[in-house]
Order: sequence, then structure tokens, then C-alpha cells
Amino acid sequence: MIMDLCRENLAGMRDLLKDGEVSAVDLCRAHLNRIAERKSLNAFITIDGERAIDAARTADKRKQAGEETGLLAGLPLAVKDNICIDGQPTTCASKILDKFIPPYTATAVFNLLNAGAVIVGKTNLDEFGMGSSDEHSHFGPVKNPHDLSRTPGGSSGGSAAAVADFQVTAALGSDTGGSVRQPASFCGIVGLKPTYGAVSRYGLTAFASSFDQIGVLTRSVTDCEMVFRVICGRDEHDATSVRSIYPDDYSGDLKSAGRMRIGIPTEYFGEGLAPEVGAIVEKTIEELARDGRAIRKISLPHTKYAVAAYYIIANAEASANLARFDGVRYGTRVDSGQLSALYRESRSQGFGVEVKRRILLGTYVLSAGYRDEYYDRAQRVRTKIIGDFEDVFSSVDLLVCPTTPTTAFKLGEKLDDPLAMYLSDIYTVPASLAGLPALSVPCGTANGLPVGLQIIGPRFAESRLFSLATEIERLAGHRRTGV
Amino acid sequence: MAITPEDILHTARLANLALTAEETERFSRDLEGIMAYVDLLKQVDITDVLPATCLSQGRNVFREDRVVPSLAGDKIRRNAPDWYRGMFRVPRVIG
Repeated sequence: MIMDLCRENLAGMRDLLKDGEVSAVDLCRAHLNRIAERKSLNAFITIDGERAIDAARTADKRKQAGEETGLLAGLPLAVKDNICIDGQPTTCASKILDKFIPPYTATAVFNLLNAGAVIVGKTNLDEFGMGSSDEHSHFGPVKNPHDLSRTPGGSSGGSAAAVADFQVTAALGSDTGGSVRQPASFCGIVGLKPTYGAVSRYGLTAFASSFDQIGVLTRSVTDCEMVFRVICGRDEHDATSVRSIYPDDYSGDLKSAGRMRIGIPTEYFGEGLAPEVGAIVEKTIEELARDGRAIRKISLPHTKYAVAAYYIIANAEASANLARFDGVRYGTRVDSGQLSALYRESRSQGFGVEVKRRILLGTYVLSAGYRDEYYDRAQRVRTKIIGDFEDVFSSVDLLVCPTTPTTAFKLGEKLDDPLAMYLSDIYTVPASLAGLPALSVPCGTANGLPVGLQIIGPRFAESRLFSLATEIERLAGHRRTGV
Repeated sequence: MAITPEDILHTARLANLALTAEETERFSRDLEGIMAYVDLLKQVDITDVLPATCLSQGRNVFREDRVVPSLAGDKIRRNAPDWYRGMFRVPRVIG
């Protein structure tokens, strides 16, 4: 019974609650039990069972009193541990934020709580979101529920593993260069990176501010849409966020899915793509064509420069954003006789190896003599990449491609080769550079491991993404395998 | 291009990081590999291309100018490694 409850999706749980078959407290307990049973996956950094049960009890009381409840009333969710919740530790999986208790709540979480959601805990990640395997966590690596010797992807690996493993039904993640989509693909679930500006980042620890977006990980497209609907919209605390133009009802787009023109970027099917991944993605595209979709090959000629441009710009921004961690106001402080030594020692002992590598890279490309050669050039290449997308979206409505070049790789496989790790983001960084919405939806398995298909759309075309993803979810249904 | 341990140490000073000898050696090797890869960008013709500076709506956004409560002082204090009479205390800087 308990396991069955955890296997429901959000919509199913909502029905069970509505019919009074279970209480929010039952749901919360079932998930807390599952989390405890599956502790070895290391998906969570903190679990606050008591607070969650209290929130569930409140949801039950409100329902019994006949009060109007929100879209997510009584439903258990998790939040990536780089997103702040007032009074609950937020570590960013870093030693430098040891014992940090945020004094405020992120807007996205505030919106979840407002909709009645029950937050069960904070999920593991690569330190400050910097990584593609969840191995760069001060709290140890996360394991992929499909194969415990493999990575769940990163940096939202804890969120992805928890959702795929039925420890929670939905989770927030954050996506800078693919950190929601890649783990969703590796774990066989749905992951959305919204349009830059669609969701407020207030309370999300900044990594690279011109890329960062809070995203959603779920087991179904409907659930993803439901959570996105709750968290999107303008927030005066984030000047990049815009008034929600998200439709009240995406079924209009759902109906028009048949008329959508789908572009297939040839650059995403070349060298580096594992044949077994390419085969299943191409098979899905053939099925879409058989269903009458207009499919056309297109070109995004600057794709091969995306990873290089991304790692320059993102790490330049990171080196500036992470300057705030200096041991003075919060977090780890290493006492020293001199202020300059206090900064240096607190940072050196507080940051992990990948964070230091990226801060150095970012500082290097911004330093005197190199700024024009690297940072400025990368920003101009970024303009070319944005232009590629603008050109193709004048003739197609959506793009379809693999989310990742391979299925989940082995833990430890790329740990000593940072460049190989960075190149695993090759299909996710272009949409990040252009600020476009992109969603990964499972489209089958290769050698028993999940394969994700990525849908990229023009700015604020989330409803279009959901409608095509629903179609792919249906097509792939017969090929899906659970954990 | 070659990235020497001296380059790494200079960059680390700018970034307020102290590196061990092992880290210095490792990062100079890593950064050399990464910078060799990003040289790929030199193939792109960027004549007359402007840098991408803004991904959102491209116009300034003003918020209403009104008084709102500050963050709660006790919550700030709770996180402070060293707190003294409403201030963050650090080692003496001047004389």
C-alpha cells in the first residue's frame, strides 16, 4: 500500500486526497518511509520529517474545514539544496555553507508552500550546481536508482534520483547548463528548464546569473506542468523575471500539437552521440512523423562552439558570484590573524576541488590581458548561437534532439577529466546560452538505461513543450521501464 | 597556450584562494587542457558581432519605491561566525 501510494503521480495523489481515501499525513509518512528505506542512494542532504508532517497536518485540517486549498495541497515535494527555505539549513552541498540557516524563503518555494505543498527535504547536488554527475558534493555522491554503480547526472542529481526512485513525486532543481535536463535524462524522468525570466531566482544561490533558472523534475509531463504553473511569474525580487504569460489552459496547444513543425538539428546527431542513444531518439522521431508531424532537418551551425563559450561565460560569472563566500557574515570561517588570510583560508578550506577549478578558470578569463581574448569573444559567439536559434524558429515551432550524448555514465568515470565531464553537456548548453525553454522527456531505454529526448522551444513556449512532450510520453509508454 | 604554475598562483591570488603545491600543479594542467579546447572559438568570425549582454526583455525594470521590512536581525546574527554589538567582527585591519 505504502509503495503504491508513492508510485502515484501528483494528479493521482490529488484525487486520492479529494476522495478522502488517504490523508496528506498518510502521503507524507509513506514518502518519509521510502526516503528512510532508500537512504543509500544519498539523494537527500536534509530531511525535516517533523516539519513536513506538521505541514501535512495543516493541509488535512484546511481540507476538513472546507477551506479553499491550493493546486498542490498536501502533496509531498523536495527542493534542491541550493534554494533557500527560511529556518532550514541550505548547504549548496558545500562545506563553506556548513550550518548556514537562510533568513528568508526563495520565491519559487514560497509559491509552492502557498499552493499547499509539503516540502519533505532538501536534495543533494554538485557543490553550488557545478558538475554533471553529483560526485562533487561535500556530502558524497548520489547513486542512480536504475544502476547503483552509475551517476544520476548533475547537478540536480539528488532531485532526479529522489523522483525516479519514488522518494518524492516532484522536486525543484536548478539548471545553468543542463543541470535539470541531464539528470532527468539519466534517471528516466521529465525535467524542465523554463525560459530565462519565467521563474524568479530570488533565494536560489547564484552560480551564473545570465543562465540560472529554477526547474522542475517529475515522473509525468502533467505533473511537470502543474508545478511549473505554480512557480512561474514576475517577482519584484528578481529583475529578470517577467509577468507570466503562461496560459491558463495548455490544452489549446495540446490540440494543435498535430500541426507543429518540428526541426531536427543535424549537429546534434553527429560525432560523439552514442549509437544506441541516437537509435532510440531517431525511432521516436520516425514515430512522430508516422503520426503526421511535419519533421524537417535544420542546422544550428554554431553548436560546436557552445560548450567552449558556455564554460568561459558561466565560470566568469561564477568567479564573481562566489566572491561573496568569504567567511565574514555566514558559513565556514577559518580564523586567522589577518583579514586577507581569513578570506583566503576560509575559501580554500570551504570550497571543493571543482568549485576552485571553476573560480580559477573564471578569474583567469576575466583577468587583465585575457578578457578580450576569451570572455568578450565568448559573449560574441553567444550572440551567434542565439542567432542560430532565431533563424530556425522562423520556420519550425520546436526542436527535437537527444538530451545527452550517452546514457548515465559510471561513478568515477569522468571525475579526473574535467573536459570530458564538461563535454557531456554538449546538447543542453546551447539552449542555456540562448535562454530558451527546454524539456527532457524519457523516450525509451538503451542497454537497460533511460534515454531522454530534449524538446527546445522559442522563449516562453513552455505550453508547446508540454504538448509535444505529452505526445512523446504516450509514444514511448510501451518502451518505458520503471526502477 | 602554456599555463604555468606561476599563472595559476597569480590567478589564485586574484581569486582569494590559497593552493597547495599539488593543487597548483593539477590546476595548471587542467586549465591548460581547457584553454586549449576553448581556442576553438577563434574559428568563429565575430566581425561586427556585438556581445550578448541581456537575455531578458532588454529594458530596465523599476520596482515601486516603498519601505519594506529588512531581514530579521536575529536571523542574520544566528549565521554570523563572530558577532559583536550588532556588527560582524573581523581581525583588525588598521594599525
